[in-house]
Amino acid sequence: MQQSVEFRGRSREALGNEQIRSNFRQAMDGLMSKRKASFPDQDELRRLRLRAAEIRANALLKLPELLERLEQRCHENGIQVHWAESTAEANAIVLGIMQRHDARLLIKGKSMVSEEMELNHYLEAHGIECLESDLGEYILQLAGEPPSHIVAPAIHKSRQQIAQLFRQKFPDIPYSEDVDTLTRSARTILRRKFNQAPVGLSGVNFAVAETGTICLVENEGNGRMCTTVPPVHIAVTGIEKVVEHLADIPPLLSLLPRSATGQHITTYFNMISSPRKPGERDGPQEVHLVLLDNGRSRIYQDQELIQTLRCIRCGACMNHCPVYARIGGHAYGTTIPGPIGSILEPQKAGLDRLGDLPTASTLCGACAEVCPVKIPIPDLLNRLRFERVRSDGDNLTPGQGSQRHGWEPTVWRAWSWLHAHPLVYRLGTRIASRLRWLQPRRLGNWSRVRSTPRVASRTLHELAAKNGFNDE
Amino acid sequence: MSPSDRYPERPQRVYFFGTCLIDLLYPEAGLAGMQLIRREGVEVLYPRDQTCCGQPAWNSGYRDEARSVAMRQIGCFPQPYPIVVPSGSCAGMMRHQYPRLFQGSPEQETALAFAARIFELTEFLVHVLKIDLQDLGAPVEVALHVSCAARRELQVADEHRVLLQQLEGVTLLEQQRAEECCGFGGTFAVKHPEISAAMVEEKCNAVVATGATRLVSGDCGCLMNINGHAQHRNEALQGQHIASFLWERTNAAER
Repeated sequence: MQQSVEFRGRSREALGNEQIRSNFRQAMDGLMSKRKASFPDQDELRRLRLRAAEIRANALLKLPELLERLEQRCHENGIQVHWAESTAEANAIVLGIMQRHDARLLIKGKSMVSEEMELNHYLEAHGIECLESDLGEYILQLAGEPPSHIVAPAIHKSRQQIAQLFRQKFPDIPYSEDVDTLTRSARTILRRKFNQAPVGLSGVNFAVAETGTICLVENEGNGRMCTTVPPVHIAVTGIEKVVEHLADIPPLLSLLPRSATGQHITTYFNMISSPRKPGERDGPQEVHLVLLDNGRSRIYQDQELIQTLRCIRCGACMNHCPVYARIGGHAYGTTIPGPIGSILEPQKAGLDRLGDLPTASTLCGACAEVCPVKIPIPDLLNRLRFERVRSDGDNLTPGQGSQRHGWEPTVWRAWSWLHAHPLVYRLGTRIASRLRWLQPRRLGNWSRVRSTPRVASRTLHELAAKNGFNDE
Repeated sequence: MSPSDRYPERPQRVYFFGTCLIDLLYPEAGLAGMQLIRREGVEVLYPRDQTCCGQPAWNSGYRDEARSVAMRQIGCFPQPYPIVVPSGSCAGMMRHQYPRLFQGSPEQETALAFAARIFELTEFLVHVLKIDLQDLGAPVEVALHVSCAARRELQVADEHRVLLQQLEGVTLLEQQRAEECCGFGGTFAVKHPEISAAMVEEKCNAVVATGATRLVSGDCGCLMNINGHAQHRNEALQGQHIASFLWERTNAAER
C-alpha cells in the first residue's frame, strides 16, 4: 500500500487526532509491558537473539542456494512453486490459479505480502471477491482502511469505534461494545464463507529449505482454516523468509510471539509440507507457494543493507518506537510502518518517493534494543540518510542522491569548513559570546514549544584557559 | 566486556573533549567536568583546537563533511591518554560511530585506536577514578534523564544513578517511561518539529509529575530540549548537567 509521499502532512494530522494518539499510546504501552514480562531471563534473551540473528544472517548469506533447495523440496512434496519478480507478476500468478479453478471467492489469512501486492484491489478489478478472515484485517476491510500495524492491523481503532463500524455495516446485529460478542458476530459471518471459498490464501512466517515446509504463526485459527478447508491453498511470501534447517525454527519461534505480543506461543502454529495425500481425510488438493522478489534481491546485494531482510515481522520495533507511538502506522503511508518500514520501504520504492522516512527517527535505539534478530536499525537509518543525499552512487538503492537539493549541501559544507578550521571556529564562537545580546529571541520551529538556548558569555575554550586547563 | 577489561587503571593525565554544545551554550558543565577529574588528582588537558565531534553531519548523511571534522578532532589528541567526554551522544559518536565513519579509509586504524580511548564522563568517574563523593548540599529531590546514547549505545545509565546515589542529600525520583526518548534527536527536532514537540511535551509531563524541581542529565542536547520546553511552559523545573550538579554539591568553595 504505497500511498503518497507526504509523510509530514499525515504525521501532523495524526498528531492532532486525540483518539489516534491515545489508542496507540495505550496499545503500545500494553505490548511493551507484555513483551518485557515474557522475557524474565535476560541471559536467555541475549543467547536467543544471538542465535536467531545468526540463523537469519546465515540464511541470507546462502539465499540463492536455499531458495533453489526450497523449490526442489517443495516440488518433491507436491507443492507448486511460482517465482514473481514484481508484485504485478505475483498478482497475475494468483489470478491465474483462481481462473484455472473458475474461482470467484478468495478467503485470506493475514498476509503483509498480499498487502504489498495490493492483491485485493487487483483481484476485485478482475471480478473476484477477497475476504479477509483475520479479525483485525476483516475490520479494516469493512472500514476500507489499510493496516496500521503488521501484527495488530486494527490497533488504531478503539473497541467503541469497531462497535460503531459493525452497527453501520450490519444493522441487523444487535449493537454491542463487548469484544467477545463482536468477535462472535464476525466469526459467524466468516464461517459461512470458509465453506464456500474454493481458494484460500495465507502468508508465510518461515519457509524451511531443508524440508520444503511452510510455517505459519497465528492466533485465531483462521490461518488453519484458510490453508485446510478450501480445496486450493496459495501461500505468498517474500524470498527472504527462507531458513536453512528445520532445527532453525524453534529458536525463531521462541522469540517471534514473545517479541510481538508477549505470548510464549501462539494459539496455532501450522507446518504445511504438502497437499492432501492419498488416503488423507482433509487438507487442500493443491498447494501453491508464490515467492516474491520485488526489490529484495537488490537489497541482498549490499553487505550492510542486507540486514534489513533478516526481519521476521514481529513488530517489536514499532511497539517500542516513540515516533510510531505518536503518529501511528498510517502516517508512514507504506505497507510496513515504523522503524523496520522506514528502512525497508524506501529501499523498495525508492528514496525519491520515501526519502523522508529515514529521517523520521531520533535514532534513540529502542528498536534495535528489542529486535529479536538484532537488525541494527539506527545504523541502517543512518546509512539511508547517507544514500538519500550522496553525490555519487552505486545505483543499488533506488533514488540515491534524490534529496540532495536546496541549501542543505551548502550549509553542511560551510559547517564542515568552520569546524575543521579551529582558529576560525574559536574566533567565531568568541564573537558569538560577545555579541550574544544580538542573538535572535526565537529560532523557528524550535521556539514554538521551547525557550531559545542562550549563548554563554564565555566559551568553554575561554573558561578552560582561565582555570588552568591547557593544551600539552 | 566486563568493566575491568573495558576500563584502564587510573591515569596521570586525561584529555577532555568539551563538545560544541557545551562550548557555546553550557560551558559551566564542561568546566565542572574537568574540575571533578582534577580534584581526583588527575591532570586534565583541554586541547584548544577541538571543535565538534561531527555527529550532526554524520546523522544527516553528509559523510565527507563529517569525516573532515572528525579527522581534525583525532589530530587534537595525539598522546595515548584517555579522552573524557561529558555527553553520551558525542562519546557514542566518537567511540562507536568513528569506526563506521572511517571504515575502509586509510585512517581506519587510527580511528579505531582513537575510539577505544573515548570515555563518557560518568563511566570515567565511576569505573576509572572510582570517585567517592561527599555531599555538602541541602536535601533535594531530583529527576534523572539518561540520554538514549548514554543508555543504549554506551550502556552507562547505571553509572549516572550510582553517582547521584553517592550524594546523601539527594533523593532520586522515578518517572514514568524513563527510558523513552525526549524527542531531541539533533536535526530530527528541526526536520520533524511537530513529532519532536509531542515527544518533549510527554517527557516533560513525566518529569514534572515526579514532583522534582531539579532535572539532571548527562547530555546537554536533551537538557536544551526538556528544559527549554519546561521554561516555555513556565514550569518550576530546572535542568542541569550532571557534572555541574555533582560539582555544585561537592565543592566546598561553592557552599
